[in-house]
Amino acid sequence: MKTTRRAVIGGVLAMPAVARAQSAARVVVVGGGFGGASAARALRRVAPRVEVTLVEPNATFFACPFSNEVIAGLRDMAAQQFGYAHMAAAGIRVIPAAATAIDAEARRVTVSDGRTLDYDRLILSPGVDFAWGALPGYTEAAAATMPHAWKAGPQTLLLRDRLAALPEGGLVVMSAPANPYRCPPGPYERASLIAHYLKTHKPRAKLILLDSKDAFSKQRLFQNAWKALYPGVLEWVSLSSGGKVIEVDAAAGTVKTDFETYKPDLANIIPPQRAGAIAAAAGVADRTGWCPIDPVTFESRLRPNIHVIGDAAIAGGMPKSAFAANAQAKACAQAVADLLDHAIPAEPRLINTCYSLAAPDYGFSVAGVYRPANGVLTDIEGAGGTSALDAPVETRAQEARYAESWFKTITAEAFG
Amino acid sequence: MPRPLINVPKKVKRGDAFDIRILIAHPMESGQRRDDKGQPIPREIIHSFLCTYGGEEVFRAEFFPAISANPFLTFSARAVDSGQIVFTWTDDLGATQFDSVEITVE
Repeated sequence: MKTTRRAVIGGVLAMPAVARAQSAARVVVVGGGFGGASAARALRRVAPRVEVTLVEPNATFFACPFSNEVIAGLRDMAAQQFGYAHMAAAGIRVIPAAATAIDAEARRVTVSDGRTLDYDRLILSPGVDFAWGALPGYTEAAAATMPHAWKAGPQTLLLRDRLAALPEGGLVVMSAPANPYRCPPGPYERASLIAHYLKTHKPRAKLILLDSKDAFSKQRLFQNAWKALYPGVLEWVSLSSGGKVIEVDAAAGTVKTDFETYKPDLANIIPPQRAGAIAAAAGVADRTGWCPIDPVTFESRLRPNIHVIGDAAIAGGMPKSAFAANAQAKACAQAVADLLDHAIPAEPRLINTCYSLAAPDYGFSVAGVYRPANGVLTDIEGAGGTSALDAPVETRAQEARYAESWFKTITAEAFG
Repeated sequence: MPRPLINVPKKVKRGDAFDIRILIAHPMESGQRRDDKGQPIPREIIHSFLCTYGGEEVFRAEFFPAISANPFLTFSARAVDSGQIVFTWTDDLGATQFDSVEITVE
């Protein structure tokens, strides 16, 4: 069946390909985060003749990895900021506008300034949007008093400032969503670093982490760290202990579970999420709110010639992380270059590594290797691993330094 | 079995309906999984639940292996008289767990 389809595609496209020899193939990348920026640059490297356009409304990108350190007052926001100056130098056209519509049939993107961009292939890397209303009471307006800080930027600074203003002996309540969401270990790193802040600056204050899950990424590593570093400061309430937040009231300042109503001095609500809105507008998001893809090419299963990478994609075993988005971007760029050349894309191997900090000098990591199997990206058993549970403090300190190098490497790859 | 979570209002007006929410932490092992060595993991679920209000049965449930871990129930009752609401869970091992709350009807 597949061979037939490829043969047909090859036959039909043979003519236009010749015609296009005079004009370069056009690829539009929507979204300038870790996925989109990496994809645009990778495509220029592997297919220098392809015309690459990056659509991104923001002049400055705020990186989410390490933004928990900013919240805890351990890092300057300037270290999280990246721009698109190197894109033009790499031969990428940057359109400083938002994609507002995508016509999959006409292969055309409309951007907020009214311009239209025609493409041969489109790479969508829209990240996540919040499913406002999915958690009753948590609206965009509520986020002004109960910050999410789950997209780095002003929200990060709001949470940092609110934390700094916490009264002595105050109570912080965090809410972690059910899967899937951006950055699976993120809520636990944040809880750790907020606990570190409280322990250091407000020793009588307390943090309660309400969770809609019973299990989470690097769970034993985090829980061991909490036991060692933050006894009496950080309390984790799992789903089966009644931790699922069912409603918030921003005006009253309350956070409700099925069994308790909390009235914290500061609430940090990480809301349920879905693929960035443009994915649904393009018709590539399914009923789950996320985007099913082919694991070899990242082409949408719902619309041809549109590839989806990063947090928005249903990437099987791969987590929604910056590093995964970067790995997918490189694999997708190669596949897009192959498809434009009428070559059959090779099966990729993708790697994810992710560091978390339980304290500034206490880091640990998880690594995974993934390949397409049975139509999804699947974890290759035994190929990755997590930091040892019984590692000495020196190793934890070393991993915290590795985390910093990891950030430098990945941001250099994406933004130059 | 561990201590369950119970949410029942302390005071209710006579004749009003009120919500009862209860969650008990339990693995609800279905009996259909195998362990690392390929051996079947024996079934161990809570198979029945009973709620009485003032000594009278108001809610009963039978659970089967498809019920997820940590069964969480919400149901409502009508406020009749002040009294005790008693919850009873029974599992495959024959263990029975009781818990109760007092409700004041005004």
